Amino acid sequence: MKLLSRLSRAVWAFTRDYKLGALGGALVLLFLTVALLAPQLAPYDPDTISLRESLAGPSARHWLGQDNQGRDLLSRIIFGARMSLYISLSAIGIGAVFGVLLGMLAAYYRRLDMPIMRLMDVVLAFPGIIVALTTIAILGRSVNNVVIAIGIYHIPQFARLVHGLTLSIQETVYVEGAVASGESDFSVLTRYILPNCLASIVVQTSLLIPGAIMTAATLSFLGLGVPPPTAEWGSMLQNSLQWAQMAPHVMIIPGLALMLAVFGFNVLGDELRDAMDPRLKKR
Amino acid sequence: MEPLLDVRNLRTHFFSRAGAVRAVDGVSFSLDRGEILGLVGESGCGKSVSSLSVMRLVDRPGRIVSGEILFEGRDLLGLSKEEMRRLRGNRLAMIFQEPTSSMNPVFTTGSQIAEAILVHERVSRKAARERVLRLMQLVGIPDPERRFRQFPHQFSGGMLQRMMVAMALACNPSVLIADEPVTALDVTIQAQILDLIKELRDRTGASVLLITHDMGVVAETCDRVAVMYLGKIVETAPLAPLFEAPKHPYTVGLFASIPRLEETVEWLQPIPGTVPSPLDLPAGCLFRNRCPHALPICGTAEPPILEIAPKHHVACYLYEAGGRA
Repeated sequence: MKLLSRLSRAVWAFTRDYKLGALGGALVLLFLTVALLAPQLAPYDPDTISLRESLAGPSARHWLGQDNQGRDLLSRIIFGARMSLYISLSAIGIGAVFGVLLGMLAAYYRRLDMPIMRLMDVVLAFPGIIVALTTIAILGRSVNNVVIAIGIYHIPQFARLVHGLTLSIQETVYVEGAVASGESDFSVLTRYILPNCLASIVVQTSLLIPGAIMTAATLSFLGLGVPPPTAEWGSMLQNSLQWAQMAPHVMIIPGLALMLAVFGFNVLGDELRDAMDPRLKKR
Repeated sequence: MEPLLDVRNLRTHFFSRAGAVRAVDGVSFSLDRGEILGLVGESGCGKSVSSLSVMRLVDRPGRIVSGEILFEGRDLLGLSKEEMRRLRGNRLAMIFQEPTSSMNPVFTTGSQIAEAILVHERVSRKAARERVLRLMQLVGIPDPERRFRQFPHQFSGGMLQRMMVAMALACNPSVLIADEPVTALDVTIQAQILDLIKELRDRTGASVLLITHDMGVVAETCDRVAVMYLGKIVETAPLAPLFEAPKHPYTVGLFASIPRLEETVEWLQPIPGTVPSPLDLPAGCLFRNRCPHALPICGTAEPPILEIAPKHHVACYLYEAGGRA
């Protein structure tokens, strides 16, 4: 109960001081709700074809119109949100879990530093999309392989962040004190280093999600992401290219959804970073 | 009676690219039960490294090269990592200089002290909590129940140092190493913390190794003093003889450079010259280049450690064969 009231007070203070971030937060919340409740919210089945209504514009029955096969765009956008968020959140989750683990171990056990961090550098040296394309090429095309592909690229992003943080936290007196009072390595890592990295990890997570959403859409756009006919923003955009001149809404609507989601996570992450950095405190 | 802690010929060196820095080079001292020994010297003389060596907390590139650290008759340098971990915080406890950064900012102070107990003893969380509250009372923290639940940033420096003392005492250590425990505090709080340490020594019978560069702190607290210069102990003596009649020229110089309340002087008397680089130490006595009484023999070999009075040791040629100075 106490935690809840503290949390709601923190959310309120954030909304008051960071208007843009709060807007981002609202967008993120909206997309999350839509994604979670997709089957309940979507007015039609996203895959039902109705060729007679191909490329029909917005109407009372189909608020956002229909695509070339007459599928309801609103329903496809809603299920697309579910897909995009599922991919990006799980990919970032994979990146965070492995990245944090590797980063901490590399910094804490000096011996592991060289092999782990140089391996991370190798992954980082390639553009994200190349790493993802290669992974898909090896693993094959499926939703979970897209998650793995994007996840792998994000491991070094977290590893580098946590590696640096661990190096500096390790030097603090309270960690030295913890060792001097007989704490084991495991408890130093989990009770001293990890909690002190947490704020930065949260910010990093929200900053990397929009990139992951974009990468997922890009993969689908290139025909290597989520296999059709599953509704996904990237593949909807790809599909719309042929019809864009006749029926621009087929392209504009998934594009807008993608843009809003990326924008929402981006400003939320940005302002969250400012809010959590005491040196940049707004008053 | 055999001393509780007996450090013999300890050498801790740091291996840098520029060469080996002999931060601690042949230090021997002992600590009796219930005794407060002051380890004094200027910055960089190796006092802190000596204490960290006793805890075996020297990190790379530093390494304990040789020596013995006998604690209750057992050589700490021969213990496994796990055995050493069990001693730390339990039988050997440590207090650091900067109280404000000595505690983990993300947990409450009380829970951290309780954690220190739980690491070493199989007691329930509740029992640990009870003990922490009693410890907090012991070190003079008002309203322990409320303070227990507060975070480090809600404490003042002095109060936090009291908490650190409580944490160090959590498992009834027999040796307490205090590395400049009051340097970061203002003078009135300094006196309170030092009194607290003395009082706890009287009550628990723990021995204290007090590291400081402040002769005032030494005079206030210690039973015996060891003076360090460039990684070696140059003089060891009980408090009164050292303050009344320091023997080693370095100790004499140290006292001469301290301002006195009863005298008005235009200039303080510094020790001439500078400390040689630890990468390029002179042969023989390390203080030779700054010593007003240097003899030809001082450049040839390290001076022997002479017992010139009971428990009063000096590493200086001036006192050889009955002494001249």
